[in-house]
Parts: sequence; C-alpha cells; structure tokens
Amino acid sequence: MAATIEITGLRVDRGGSTVLHDLTLAVGGGVVTGLLGPSGSGKSTLIRAIVGVQIIAAGEVRVLGAPAGAPALRSRVGYVTQSPSVYGDLSVRENLTYFARVLGAPATRVDAVIERVGLADMTARLVGRLSGGQKARVSLATALLNEPEVLVLDEPTVGLDPVLRRDLWDFFHELADDGTTLLVSSHVMDEAARCDRLLLLRDGRIIADLPPDELLRRTGAADLDAAFLTLVEGGDAA
Amino acid sequence: MSVSRTAATAARVLSQLRRDRRTVALLLIVPCVLILLVDQLFAGRELVFQSVGVPMLGLFPLISMFLVTSITMLRERTTGTLERLLTTPLTKLELLLGYGIAFATVAIVQAAVVSLVGFGLLGLNAAHSEVLIMLLAVANAILGMAFGLFVSAFAQTEFQAVQFMPAFVLPQILLCGLFVAQDQMAGWLQAISSVLPLTYAFDALDRAAHDPTLGPRFWADVAVTVGTTLLALGLGAVTLRRRTP
Repeated sequence: MAATIEITGLRVDRGGSTVLHDLTLAVGGGVVTGLLGPSGSGKSTLIRAIVGVQIIAAGEVRVLGAPAGAPALRSRVGYVTQSPSVYGDLSVRENLTYFARVLGAPATRVDAVIERVGLADMTARLVGRLSGGQKARVSLATALLNEPEVLVLDEPTVGLDPVLRRDLWDFFHELADDGTTLLVSSHVMDEAARCDRLLLLRDGRIIADLPPDELLRRTGAADLDAAFLTLVEGGDAA
Repeated sequence: MSVSRTAATAARVLSQLRRDRRTVALLLIVPCVLILLVDQLFAGRELVFQSVGVPMLGLFPLISMFLVTSITMLRERTTGTLERLLTTPLTKLELLLGYGIAFATVAIVQAAVVSLVGFGLLGLNAAHSEVLIMLLAVANAILGMAFGLFVSAFAQTEFQAVQFMPAFVLPQILLCGLFVAQDQMAGWLQAISSVLPLTYAFDALDRAAHDPTLGPRFWADVAVTVGTTLLALGLGAVTLRRRTP
C-alpha cells in the first residue's frame, strides 16, 4: 500500500525547545495506525503538522501527494481535535449541518453520522449541555461528514464508555478496510491492541514502529501497558 | 469563493446569536432606552437633542458589533473551532464575509428599531432620508465588527476582550465631535481626533442629519469609513492564521 502520509525530517520548535526531532515516517491507507505516547510526547503536535496547522521548523509533510494543509487537501483530510471543537451554543444537528455545508458534504450525511456516533436521540440538544464524551462524539461526527480519504484523530475516544469505544474502533477498522488512512492518537494502551500498527512517541522521537503483537514479543512483557513502560523507561529503541 | 459556505457561516453566526435571547434583547432594547434617556436629559433643549440624537442612532451599532464580534471571534480562537474551520475548505474571506453578513443583518434590525423610536416617537429629524442614516448605521456596524475582529487577536480572555471597548472605542467616541465639536478642541486633541476613524463616521452622520447639501466632505467621510473597515478587515484576516506555533 502506497504511503498517504509522508513525513521527512520534520522538526517542530516551540518556546525555544524542540518538540519533534527530525521525524521521518510514512503512513499508508487500509490500516489503522496508532500514535501512542505519554502526554507531552508530541502526539498532538505531529497530528497538527499533518493537517497543516502547525508551524514547522524544518522538514516536509506530504499528504496524498500534496504539502500538508494545501487547499486541495482540505476536503480530503478529516481532523478531530483533542478537545471537541464544536459550537456549544448550537444543537447537535445545527453543528453538523454547518460543518456539512462547509465541507461540501450532502445534507443526508448529517443523519448518517449522528447515527454512527450514537447521538440519534439528542439531535436537538445544545452541545454545550452535553457530557464531555457526547461532545467528543459530535466533534468526531463532523470529521466523518465528507468521508475523507485520510482521517487524523487526536484522542477521539477520551471519556467514552467501553461499549461505545469498541463500536468506534470497529468502525475505524471498517473505514480502513475501505481504504481510508487512519491515524489515531491515544494514551490508553488497551486501545493500542486494536491498531494494526503502532508508532510509539517519546520526547518528540519515534521509539518504536511495529504491530502490537510484535511489541509484546520484543519486550517480553505480559501486556501492552507493561511493554510500553519497558520501552518508555528503558530508553532502548525497538 | 463559495456562496454556499459564506451563507452557511452567516446562518451559523445568526443561529448562535438567536440562541442567546438575552443578548438579542439587550442589543435591541438598550439603544432605545439610551436614546430615551438622552431625550429626557435634554428636555426643553430641543436643538441639543436634535444635534446629538441622530448621530447617536448611527453609533450604537458600532459599539454593539464591536463587543459581539470580539467575543465571538475570541471564542472561535480559544475553543479550537477556528483551527478546525481553517482545515476545511472554508477560506478566511468566506469566514469574514459570513460574519459581516450576519452582523450587518443584526445591525439593520437594531438600527431600524432605534430609528423607529428616535424618528417616530421622539421626533428626531434628519435633513436627509432616515434610510441614509440607517445605511450609515450599518456601515458603522461593519466598522465596529472589523475593529472587534482585529482586537480579538490581542485578547486571551473574554475579560480582556471586553476591556478593549473602553480602551479602543471610548476615546474615539469622546474625540469624534459628538461631545465637543472638533474645531473647538485643543490643537493636539484636534490632531488626534483627525486620525481617528470614528471622527469621520460621526461627521458623515452629522452631515446626513443637518447638512442639506451633503457635499464632497460627506463622501470623503464615507470613503474614510469604508476604507478603515477594509483595512481593519485586512489586518483582522492576517490575524486568522492557519498555521500557529
């Protein structure tokens, strides 16, 4: 599978220190790639660089063959921010209707995505009155409206109950099976098991790039949590 | 440029405002109450009321839209919706136009309501049509919006955004000629007054209210108001950065 996200020598500096160090990696379609690492490791920065909203100091980020953030990409790349970026003073349906029109998605997609994130019984509710997990689902739904070829999700399942989380991960795999490129960040290791490929980030560097079972085998750990700790604290690259 | 995306943005901003019933009520009622107050303040001094009343009608929307825009845009910046929008096909121009259309609509309603009170109930007179006064009011509303958009980039919190009103707008109101005619100010105040955009917005309103000929100075005033609006919108657009640190 050809790479849809290609990153070469990416460096990001913020406030005088380097957040991402000379990162080079490629992500392909048809699989779910997990981006894991402790908080502050640079996951969100990397994701922001991929959607083209991050000022970068050096290197290149290309998505679907174009520079990240290029106008041609904006209807082809879906982005879910870490904290829900939706309008609290609008209803669920009003939010999605607006984003559908901005993204050029057909109005019929609104009901489809509301159904998909399990909010069908609260379409008229103001988003500001929803729980954190529900808000996160509205935010996720906006990115699904135009069925993007590349979907970049920054901790999309934070605050969701286990049933919903399982359903969403099943859905991510359905999307991947259809050829979508999915890059999902998480700091929850039980989600790592659901990825086809793991990128482990620590202090702005990729310390491992492998499938979950390979991570277990290589570290000899009993579970992914322990494997992750071994890698993060051990410091040796896998 | 997409008409659909612009219209969607205008509709979205209006829906947000409509949801906030109390703000809508304040936007419409407060100017009416204030103009009534001024009427009573100058009871028996009809000429004074006539000279300040009409320009006041045209300046309310500027203040309202300055506040509403600076807070709304600050929220877009701080809640991440701006960053999210800038990753979609929506362009900055479409976003700004959407805002402009939405707030111009509100300004039209606000100017209409306060004009109804001023011209209808309190007997204000203008040398030119009330429609001209309303058009100027809408132009001033868009100027206020452009200012609000620009200063929202320099506020980190809503407290700060609100403080920009007395810091940025109030001096302009004091020096625009509404309280003391420009030619009666101290020389250095005149100099400041003549570089403040609101001076020209006020002068245009003043002429529309009292000068039967309008004349080239009126059109120069309008040109300055529109030019400043475009400049502030341009500067505001520069602060809407797609890429941030």
